[in-house]
Amino acid sequence: MLRLEARQRTPAWLNLTLPLVAIVVTLILCSGLIVLAGAGVADAYGVMFKASLGDSYAITETLVRAAPMIFTGLAVTLAFRAKFWNIGAEGQLLAGAMASCFVGAIPMPGPLAMLLMAIAGAAAGAAVALIPALLRVRLKVDDVVSSLLLNSVVFYILMALIEGPWKDPFSGYPISPPIEDSAGLPVLIEGTRLHLGVLVAVLAAPLVWLLISRTVLGFRIRVTGENPEAARYGGIDVQRVIVIAALLSGALAGLAGVGEVGGVHFQVMSDISPGYGYSGIVIAMLARLNPLGVVPVAIFLAAVMTGAEAMSRATGVPAFLSDVIQGTALLAMLVALLFTAYRIRRSA
Amino acid sequence: MTTLPPLIEMRGISKSFGPVKANEAVDLAVAPGEILGLLGENGAGKTTLMNILFGAYQPDAGEILVNGKPVSIRNSADALAAGIGMVHQHFHLASRLTVMENLLIGIPGKGGRLDRAGALARLDDIARNYGLHLDPDQPVSALSIGEQQRLEIIKALFRRARLLILDEPTAVLAPSEVDGLFSALRAMAAQGLGIIFISHKLNEVRALTHRCVVLRHGRVAGRVDVPAETTALEMAQLMCGHEIVPPERGPSVPGAVVLSLDAVSTGGHGGMPLRAVTLAVREGEIVGIAGVSGNGQRALADVVSGMLKPQSGTMDIAGKRVAAFTPREVQALGLGRIPEDRMTTGLVTNLPLADSMVLPRIGTEAFSARGLLKPGAIVAFAEAQIEAFDIRCPGPMVRAGALSGGNLQKALLARELAFDPKVLIAAQPTRGLDIGAARFVHEKFLALRARRCGIVVVSEDLEELLALSDRIAVMYEGRIVGVLDSADASVSRLGMLMSGAGGSA
Repeated sequence: MLRLEARQRTPAWLNLTLPLVAIVVTLILCSGLIVLAGAGVADAYGVMFKASLGDSYAITETLVRAAPMIFTGLAVTLAFRAKFWNIGAEGQLLAGAMASCFVGAIPMPGPLAMLLMAIAGAAAGAAVALIPALLRVRLKVDDVVSSLLLNSVVFYILMALIEGPWKDPFSGYPISPPIEDSAGLPVLIEGTRLHLGVLVAVLAAPLVWLLISRTVLGFRIRVTGENPEAARYGGIDVQRVIVIAALLSGALAGLAGVGEVGGVHFQVMSDISPGYGYSGIVIAMLARLNPLGVVPVAIFLAAVMTGAEAMSRATGVPAFLSDVIQGTALLAMLVALLFTAYRIRRSA
Repeated sequence: MTTLPPLIEMRGISKSFGPVKANEAVDLAVAPGEILGLLGENGAGKTTLMNILFGAYQPDAGEILVNGKPVSIRNSADALAAGIGMVHQHFHLASRLTVMENLLIGIPGKGGRLDRAGALARLDDIARNYGLHLDPDQPVSALSIGEQQRLEIIKALFRRARLLILDEPTAVLAPSEVDGLFSALRAMAAQGLGIIFISHKLNEVRALTHRCVVLRHGRVAGRVDVPAETTALEMAQLMCGHEIVPPERGPSVPGAVVLSLDAVSTGGHGGMPLRAVTLAVREGEIVGIAGVSGNGQRALADVVSGMLKPQSGTMDIAGKRVAAFTPREVQALGLGRIPEDRMTTGLVTNLPLADSMVLPRIGTEAFSARGLLKPGAIVAFAEAQIEAFDIRCPGPMVRAGALSGGNLQKALLARELAFDPKVLIAAQPTRGLDIGAARFVHEKFLALRARRCGIVVVSEDLEELLALSDRIAVMYEGRIVGVLDSADASVSRLGMLMSGAGGSA
């Protein structure tokens, strides 16, 4: 009989290799679905790899897609470190997108527009995150439920806007008016879509890392998340820390929306986010709530998403496989985390 | 009792966790009708051994015999089937259910229905045989700690346990309740049950047990055949492996008042509130707070520590009026605090030890500047305290939760004493600590007293209070019902006051 026994300590190599093991297990598990769809496993994964990381243009496309996921991954990481269960990065992203689109449509000098778009988007995301945070610290409302349900609220506000005041009067399409040309984020490499927002996203990761591990606020966030009672006893205003963590988390998620409006779509439409906010949860967990881990994990999942589309065209395997891979990777990681705390023992 | 095979026998039990040998070739037997004391410092392997007996761990080597027959105990169900019952330090009861419902959890009924009549008869038998009475229809949440413990014992007997393991059962009891427990245990032994009694309180072990096994570093360090004729000091020396000199409480002349509470009352925050508590602590004295658990000691410690704002009354620390009652405020006024619950209130078990050691002062310039941490200063501080307090650990970056209770308490003492408090409040400072660690704590308190600090020690261990305190205040139902000079105090005198039968003192 096999049984779990608590570990006394976790070996360091295990912490490093577990995410990789989880990803390999995921790809093996998902290959069953590829076979079911009637394609060759090596072919399908080969196409996926080539289309996402096979040449420099593919890599830039993957990075462009990774940018919002880095932001939402960082947003979730920061919130989860404080044990503020922010499942609302999706809604915060949408709020950021709407606010930055609103600002970006106002004529003004480009750099000023970009700055104000970023500020407005971050503020909008933070404002959305503030709601579940206040509900939790004031009324003890469960933050998982409130932040999750707010996603729908924000989404339908967006729908109301693009079906109503923002609707294109000529075409009748439910899309917002575009932002000013000058407000679009500059492209870093000519001939690609690699925009300034991608660089900001990548740079945000070490900043969030610094915040969490090297500042007093980060210390308080960590302690509050690990043990709110000891935090309070140690003189930390736990409620304040949770609210601040929620605001920062919402702002990061809002910036994901800013990048999509300023660098990719230049307007708001109903499918501006194919669930980047939810992917942020997967990314944060796979990165084991380490901000530096968020970047490679987000790039991996972005590659899966980019690659899955190409694979779908080439082999007929439905592109939904990328969602399955994401979900399976999360489950594999959760199981893998179990093995950092326990080991399997054989008993008589 | 010699002709029967032992109720339970453990032979050559060994168990390692990685490089740590928690148990090594331990032999232990309990005969029917025998009360066996199991002694040892924290980390000596008592808990591991009992967990093996109860099926939580599998031994690497050795065998377990029940009534002379080898058995394999893979989980608690096997242990119960083998007639082994365990009363843990922390109770495993469903607080919303009644006594009877708790008894029936996990017991198959007759034809899918609970056999309430049969259960009542069994409960009656247990009450008559051992003097363990409980109202079957009371919800557990209405029971006192002592009654909850009684329910745990009844639960084990209800499942026909022949051997009962009690892990530090007296730590949570008042003196009068201890007497009740002991007479019940003696009655069980007289009827042929076996009992393993784990305790740090050596006088209790001497009064109750027939025989003792002493563990040290996972091995049997000695056996005591006639505990009643062995002194507590001899047992303690067996446990720690070297001679022990009790700490000397020299004379001290108390000076100015450094902590005063005037008519402090609190609202209920889940426990017994304070009712017009007035107390003054002077520099250079140790004031003990005695009382049966749940009589307002926790509220008192919380108010003084800045965790609970009183509804009325005032508090002064070193002559300054406390206004906000926050941890930061009382700390800034010079108050040091040792919380009752080290693991949940004191430390952050999942983070490095160094983090817990600087936690209350992280915002001060010693450990941060302009919002940025000074990692070097934090680690240096932790290293210095680890050295100064002889905290046994691999280093400042080790997970705090990996330390033993005694070392955690040293770490908490270190973090407070490093900043030279004018007053120290310590809640249950030696609960769960072994003799060596408890002694270390006591010595530090006496050294602080000599340095003119005022010290409040809240404890349920009267021996500890009598040994340490200059004065002892007794709490009953949220009030201080008497303050005794320790010269006039005795266990029986304090016990009277603690039960509310003291009148004026």
